[in-house]
Amino acid sequence: MLNLRLYMLQRITALLMAPLVLGHIAVMIYAIQGGLTAAEILGRTKGSVAWFAFYGLFVVAISIHGAIGMRVVMYEWAGFKGKWLEAFTYSLGFFLLIIGARAVWAVTFA
Amino acid sequence: MKHLNTSKTSKAHPLWLSHILHRLSGIGLSLFLPFHFLILALAMTNPDRLDQFLQITESPAVKFAEFGLVFLLAIHMFGGLRLMALEWLPWRPAQKTLAAFAVSMSFFIAGIFFLKAI
Amino acid sequence: MSDTNNKVIVKIQRGTAEKQEIASFDVPLHSNQTVLDLVSWVQQNEDPTLSYRFACRVGMCGSCAMMVNGVPRWTCRTHISKVLHRGEITIAPLQNLPVIKDLAVDMDPFFDKWIAAEGVHHSGRTRDDDIEMVDETSASRLEANSGIECINCSVCYAACDTVRNNPDFLGPAALQRAWTLLNDVKDEGRQRILDAVSGKGGCHNCHSIGSCTAFCPNELDPMSAIAGLKRETAKHFWQGGKSC
Repeated sequence: MLNLRLYMLQRITALLMAPLVLGHIAVMIYAIQGGLTAAEILGRTKGSVAWFAFYGLFVVAISIHGAIGMRVVMYEWAGFKGKWLEAFTYSLGFFLLIIGARAVWAVTFA
Repeated sequence: MKHLNTSKTSKAHPLWLSHILHRLSGIGLSLFLPFHFLILALAMTNPDRLDQFLQITESPAVKFAEFGLVFLLAIHMFGGLRLMALEWLPWRPAQKTLAAFAVSMSFFIAGIFFLKAI
Repeated sequence: MSDTNNKVIVKIQRGTAEKQEIASFDVPLHSNQTVLDLVSWVQQNEDPTLSYRFACRVGMCGSCAMMVNGVPRWTCRTHISKVLHRGEITIAPLQNLPVIKDLAVDMDPFFDKWIAAEGVHHSGRTRDDDIEMVDETSASRLEANSGIECINCSVCYAACDTVRNNPDFLGPAALQRAWTLLNDVKDEGRQRILDAVSGKGGCHNCHSIGSCTAFCPNELDPMSAIAGLKRETAKHFWQGGKSC
């Protein structure tokens, strides 16, 4: 259940992610050729500020977008309301942000 | 899920199908993403285990699942862009045509992925 | 599906909000019948306790709206040849509204939301002021005109999945009316309308499923009206307007 603010956050993160998604798919198509290994991934991303920025932005955007999207689903299809709905939204958002940021860190500067 | 008893006749028009695809793909992606993040982070905590996972992804079943995932992502994105075109652009685009276009672009992109993957 | 007995099996959802059941009637089949004819026949010949609504019976008032085989329609404008399925038709009260009895629903929530969306004229001038001139050819007037023929029949409200799953959602008809007023130069309640449609039941909950537009018997387009509201409120967002 959305108001103007949540709606705008949803739309803005969506627009932000469109080029990031296309970029990510392009990288994946390139990367999976000839098999995929941890070494190959890290060889590309380790120490890279550019990849950190790209995927860091992606993680922030998806945490917001996913949390708001699932908020609507939980409200409309599972009947979550009031403070439970808010708790769910923030929990999912922070959960995705934390494990996402950890994954980005893992492949760049860890 | 008591809210899901939609009747065939009233609900199954093309735009409703776009809606349900968009919603289901969003849920699917939300469920997949935590696994994606947790496995990737193995690069830091246990790179050998990550390599084991990556080996498993060579199997045809996984390739097909990956195709499914890319398809879900493309469906969700193109469906979302279609929605935003309907909402924010001043022209009134032919909605069914746009919806069909979104689905076909999704197949196209996922298809390229699949062909390069196998 | 030839009907050797020349009858239609009409299944009608009866009862109250607490308890509903399906009652089945055999109604004589004629070459020219509407669904309203079937319901009327049952009440007049089989069971006088059947409750239902109609008024004009010529497709102008919207009173006879019901769910026919799961689809909200004006029953006086639905020829049975369009909906007969293996000699059967199922009729139920409009969805998303509380049932009073049998096929009669409580329209209050529908109209309450109409008001809540500020779908009422906001006047500012008095008899002593000049009359505000309306330019019939202007883009905003054309936009308003495309939505003003709504007769509040509730078919769009009954068709909407979002209304069903989101009790706060104001609904297509109320929001479409708000849009027509936003585009009406005579209406001076612009900020009130924008605020009313930006809250938790507002236009931003619409998923553009489009059942409203698909089923409106007057061929109106509430989905596009709601998209217009989204554009206007979004513009307002950037200009530092309401950010709830």
